[in-house]
This record gives sequence, structure tokens and C-alpha cells, in this order.
Amino acid sequence: MSSIAISANNLTRYFGRNHVVRQVSFEIPVGTVTGLLGLNGAGKSTLIKMLMGLLAPTRGTCSVLGVDSTTLNSATRARIGYTIEGHFAYGSMSVRESEQLQSDSFPSWNPTLFQNTIDRFGISPSSRIRTLSRGQRAGVSIALTMSSDPELLILDDPALGLDPVSRRALNETILQFMEDGQRTVLLSSHLLDDIERVTDRVLVMVDGRILVHSSVSSFLERVSIWTCDSSEEPRQLPPVPGLIHAYQAGRRLTMAVVDVDQESQAAMVRICGQSLMRSDSSFVESVVAYLSRSRSSHSFLSKNPPATSTN
Amino acid sequence: MALTIRIVAGSTAPIYRQIVDQITRSVASGELAVGESVPSVRQLARELVINPNTVAKAYAELVDSGFLETQAGKGFFVAKRRQVYSKSERLRRIDESIDQLVNHAVTLDIEPEVIVQRLQQRFEKNLKPAGD
Repeated sequence: MSSIAISANNLTRYFGRNHVVRQVSFEIPVGTVTGLLGLNGAGKSTLIKMLMGLLAPTRGTCSVLGVDSTTLNSATRARIGYTIEGHFAYGSMSVRESEQLQSDSFPSWNPTLFQNTIDRFGISPSSRIRTLSRGQRAGVSIALTMSSDPELLILDDPALGLDPVSRRALNETILQFMEDGQRTVLLSSHLLDDIERVTDRVLVMVDGRILVHSSVSSFLERVSIWTCDSSEEPRQLPPVPGLIHAYQAGRRLTMAVVDVDQESQAAMVRICGQSLMRSDSSFVESVVAYLSRSRSSHSFLSKNPPATSTN
Repeated sequence: MALTIRIVAGSTAPIYRQIVDQITRSVASGELAVGESVPSVRQLARELVINPNTVAKAYAELVDSGFLETQAGKGFFVAKRRQVYSKSERLRRIDESIDQLVNHAVTLDIEPEVIVQRLQQRFEKNLKPAGD
């Protein structure tokens, strides 16, 4: 068996003249949970649809479980669990009926896994799906996807709108799924605290590009936050090597920098003088620094944004 | 004794580091005795609802630094050791003092060469044999 569960090579997709996914390349090893992070519209769902073979790439290739995504047959698809954004379900059915419907198409159906999962979300099998809370409906959708015992699970924003109890149930379900180390999960989410707990790797997508592909811990250790009190009004900053994002609130100038070295430190001292202070960065701060790039003016940033890539 | 580990997401310390630090502290304080077992990777990951690879990374570092040892099929145990803190932890602690020193040097406008030279002198003085 290949030890790479998902790979993308120069994957690119246009909608009309609109560049939605731009030259994305990465590999996801078997046995890992990878978080796909990005603002709405960054290209996450488009990327996932291409992986699932639901959308053809304009350029480049991608494969799942060693099979090119554009040639996936039903046998390979049955080895992949995929939930679309928004947890589609037939509202008029009961939970048990929807299990029967789903299990008919999967010979490897695992009823115990289904039961355990809906238990965790506090769902009774006889409930009508229409009457369930949003969190419980998500639970049904996850249970339906997982109980076919797939090797690869791709979840598009499964935590959207979930309450704290359902979020915990979701985290536990994902972790139990990959406990044997043979299975792989890719999930997109905006809940950064949950991503930090559940995943071991992150992909950060900004404007269609993957800017970060790293383990969670080294990502945290490589990004640092620098602050100083600036005497001047907000202005264009001279270039700082590794600068991810900078913003000014009142007189306080804050800069997030990846892989800080003497050169970038000297550049910051030139901007700030001796009031420059370093602090470590939390996972949320690091991710938000990258995501903020697309919302802010790019004027003080280098043409090629710094990418963080480790294995 | 049952080991209680608490982790928080959103801290500046990565989760694996929080685990390393807490086990290190429990060993240093004697709360965890030599030969005592710690929860398995799977058990701790379940308990804390975190990725098992994160726990495995923390345990690997603790084994590397000699805090834990592994016995095939039996799990992880607190190892007998001399140095209480791991190498990276010792470096982290000394870096804190160095940062203070550097900040001080910058505010007092003292050149790095002077600092290095004086540090060297201190070390030489301290390393002289007793009675000299």
C-alpha cells in the first residue's frame, strides 16, 4: 500500500478568468489528520472537489489512495468517506432508515461504528432527521460517512455551526477513526482550537495558494510576533524578510514573521528602534496572520509571500 | 499515582510541549517515581481528545531526553536519570536568562564583544580548581 493518501501536483483551477486554485502541490501521508484552513472563498471546497474527482482541474493532477482523481471508479470511491459542506440529509427519514439506505451501498458497513457515533452525539435511532439539532444532524452525516469503514475521510467544514458538545463529539469521532494509524483524515474548518487539538498537520490556503504545509508544532515554533511602539502614523513598511503580516493599532505596530533571522531582525530594528519586543505566537495568531494577508493591502509585502513548508 | 495532564489549545506552547513540560515537572517534583508507568499514547490521546501523533511526539522527546523509557509491549515508564531537565528544556531555561541579559545590555548600551568577554572571564573564574 502506498504511504501517501493524497497528493496534488501543480493543481490549478480557473472558473472563467478567475483563478480559484493556483499551482497547489502537497502530499498527505497515511495515518495523519490534516487541517485545511482558509477564509471562505480561499479555494478549499474547490480543492476538495477536485480531489474527489467531482471537478476537473484546469491544469495539474491530483490523486487519492494512489488513484488519479479524474479516473476514480466506484470501488475506489467506496474506500473514501466524503461529507460535503452543510451535511446533506433526508429530513423526512428516521436515523435508522437513513442508515439502512446508506448501508445498502457499502458491503463493508460497520453497524457498531454507526451506533457508537450516534451515541456520542446523543442521537436516538428512531428520531426523524428533521427534528434533530444542527449538531446532531452533523453527527448523523458523519456517522453515515464513517461507518462504511473508509480508508480516507474528507470532511468539508464538518464543524460549521456546531455547539461545544457536538464539537467535542466530532473531535472524538475523528480521533477514534484514525486510532489504528492506517487511516487518513483531511478536514477543512474555521475552528482553530479544535484543529490544533485534532490534527497533526496543517495546510493554510490563501487566495488559492497553499502558503503553509507543516506539522502543527513546527508551525507554531517558526512563527514569532514582534511588537513596538511606533512614533509615526501608519505608513508603508520597508521590506522585512519573512514578514507574514503587519498591522498597526494606535501607536502599537505588530508584525508576524516566519523563520526570523538576523536580517529580518535588523530590518525590524530599523523600523522600530530599540523598543522592539519579541513574543511567541499561538496557533491561532499564526494562522490568522497568514489569513489576514488576503484582507489587507499587499503593498508592504514581497511579491512572493513566505511559505512555511516542512515534513 | 494517577498522573493528571491538562492541555489548552490556543496557547503559545504547542500541545506536545505542554505534555513534555508537565511530565518533566511531575518527574522533577517526585510526583512520578522512577519505574512508574505513564498512560499509553492511545489512552492519553483519548483522555485529552487530541491527535495521538501529538502524544507520540511528546513521548518520543521524553524518551530522547531520558525521562521515559519504553519496554516493548508494556508501554512507557519513568526512567532513572541524572539530569532532571531535558536538553531542550535546559536550553530554553538558559535562553530566558540570556534574553534578559541581552535586553539589559541593549538598554545600558554595552557592546556584545564586552558581554562575551566578561562572560568568558566569569566562566574561567568559576572553573578554577578550589583553593587556587
